[in-house]
Amino acid sequence: MATQASDFQTLSRRYTADKPFRAFIQKALGGYYTKRDENKANFRDWQGARDLAAETKYEAVNHLDKYLLEFEQKITARGAKVFWAPNAEAARDYILKIAKENGVRSIIKSKTMTSEEIHLNDALEKQGFGVFESDLGEYIVQLRKEAPFHLVFPAMHLTRGQISDLFQKELGSEATDEPERLTMIARDVMRRKYCEADMGISGTNFAVAETGMISITENEGNARLTTSLPRIHVALLGIEKVLPRLEDLSLFLPMLATAGAGQTMTCYNTMYAGPRQPGEPDGPEQMHIVLLDNRRTELLADAEQRDALGCIRCGACLNVCPIFKNVGGYSYGTTYGGPIGSVITPHLRGLKDWKHLSAASSLCGACTEACPVKIDLHHHLLQNRRNGAKAAPNPLEKITFGGFSMMMGRPALYRLAAGLGRIFQPLQGLVNGTILDPLRAWTGSRKFPKLASTSFHEQWRKERGGRK
Amino acid sequence: MNGGRSIILNRIREALRNNPAPRPHTSHSQTEAAAGHNGHAQREWLPQVGTTLPEQIDLFAKISEGLRTECHRVPTIEAAREVLAKLSAESGWKKIGSHSHHDTDSLLQGIGLPVVRTEKGYAIDDLESCDAGVTGCEVLVAQTGGIMVSVETAGGRALSVLPPHHVVIARTSQMVPDLTAAFEHVKRKYGKQFPSFLSFITGPSRTGDIERILVLGAHGPKRLTVLLID
Repeated sequence: MATQASDFQTLSRRYTADKPFRAFIQKALGGYYTKRDENKANFRDWQGARDLAAETKYEAVNHLDKYLLEFEQKITARGAKVFWAPNAEAARDYILKIAKENGVRSIIKSKTMTSEEIHLNDALEKQGFGVFESDLGEYIVQLRKEAPFHLVFPAMHLTRGQISDLFQKELGSEATDEPERLTMIARDVMRRKYCEADMGISGTNFAVAETGMISITENEGNARLTTSLPRIHVALLGIEKVLPRLEDLSLFLPMLATAGAGQTMTCYNTMYAGPRQPGEPDGPEQMHIVLLDNRRTELLADAEQRDALGCIRCGACLNVCPIFKNVGGYSYGTTYGGPIGSVITPHLRGLKDWKHLSAASSLCGACTEACPVKIDLHHHLLQNRRNGAKAAPNPLEKITFGGFSMMMGRPALYRLAAGLGRIFQPLQGLVNGTILDPLRAWTGSRKFPKLASTSFHEQWRKERGGRK
Repeated sequence: MNGGRSIILNRIREALRNNPAPRPHTSHSQTEAAAGHNGHAQREWLPQVGTTLPEQIDLFAKISEGLRTECHRVPTIEAAREVLAKLSAESGWKKIGSHSHHDTDSLLQGIGLPVVRTEKGYAIDDLESCDAGVTGCEVLVAQTGGIMVSVETAGGRALSVLPPHHVVIARTSQMVPDLTAAFEHVKRKYGKQFPSFLSFITGPSRTGDIERILVLGAHGPKRLTVLLID
């Protein structure tokens, strides 16, 4: 029976074996590393900025009820409606209800991972609504009926040739190998959609309690159009995204840009304080904020890993992760991939089915170092391994480690085992990596080190002639 | 109507009650105090900005170049008008969008093109078919090469993003050093009555979604021009 864990094994084996694909991903990330480092160096003190960002998120997440209420009160006063959705179903139902009540036909969306999390497009399409993703990468994966490959770069796994083929097939456009031409094809298609859509659905990068605003970060301008032209704006907002003060954005906007895409600032950082106000010429008549819990409060209750709610979804931890770079975004089988996804998915979707992700890490700590808000990612992966072992002990593992610790605590037993190892290693060599090999899990993809013919202990005794 | 509210608030309070999280490991002991009380602590860590106006203008111009924002420094509004006329002739503009605002009105004198004005409402298709959108702005941000716009200073939400070329008219007196100062400016100007839309525009629209290769003009303007009057 296929489980999430066995799917992960199958897919990660397949992607890891695909060397051209790995090289393609590495190349795509190459430019990011250079620009990120340039921009980090421009900060007077990137580490100081990380400290302050971590402190600010600590303050916000540990007083979440207070800041959410302040945000709700301020943005409601401006005419927005706030809906509190305890789970994905409640969020979907609410959005469907608004769409039906207002006679909506066409819906345009800007990039929102939260909507992927609650499978919103499926629900809307099943009810007969046309839903169009406007972010270029999201549009491409939507046409391919795929999920985003990466939190920030949804279509980074595709070559221009594949995208050109896709556009020829789905849009009837001409073949081209120019990214510029491909972008313009999508631009032209989407222009009509913005003008015709009744409802725009966006995500939210930050909510500001002090002023009752949501802040959306983007490069393409698609989110601005999505929130300007349709008569209804629905913004999905994970409860963890609230910041106390407007000025906090002056830290988080440049940090998100630098960590996320190696930019000084993302092209558009827009703050929305409600729907169109009296006297304003455009903007939606209605603005709905869907505040989503969907088990984020489970993570909040785990004080040890609560800092993971500080995540600003920049994707920096994915970009540096040696596992992500080799297995790619689809192996994880989760909305949120890479190290942050491996940390939070067991909380959001259950430890039992997702604990294997904690092993998808070399524990090198590159993720923790890359995180702009200092989430202790690799330690949380270790804690999830511990929690997983505690929740469902593996008897074989227990016996193995029991035996190992017994051996390591008794010199005579250790010497005996080392002696036996030397005798049996040549035999293992005959079947190395094959199905007959008892150590196959290890030797299938690695060399087993050769045991020394004389141990260090024996050499020491010989050299020092029995001196104590 | 919404039972979800009390469900979520109860879950949050339950999760936080008598269950303190370890504080983040920070190497700068002063940040903790600063984060709590002083909203401006970020200035210590963010990129350096010169204190004088000429330094800030130079920084803005330098960053603009990297962003492919076309920044023209002009001595007077008349000179700005000449630059605009040149842009219009080069690109063959047939119709432009704009809004009534002291500098835009003055800039568009004698432009000789039909102008769609947005401040009192407009038809979307009418604005969509404009070759350029000409707006004012709140402030320019030296630290990031950004232009802060709002409903009032950019004729609503769409004028600065829907036409393929965005032209901004600004004065050097609108230069502020950083994002923090930009936020201080809008708080001072609007009090609690913020416009429903405020945006930092940092370069023309762009994407890297195909093989991480930069393409300008993804959905918003392909060109961004700042006419900066001394």
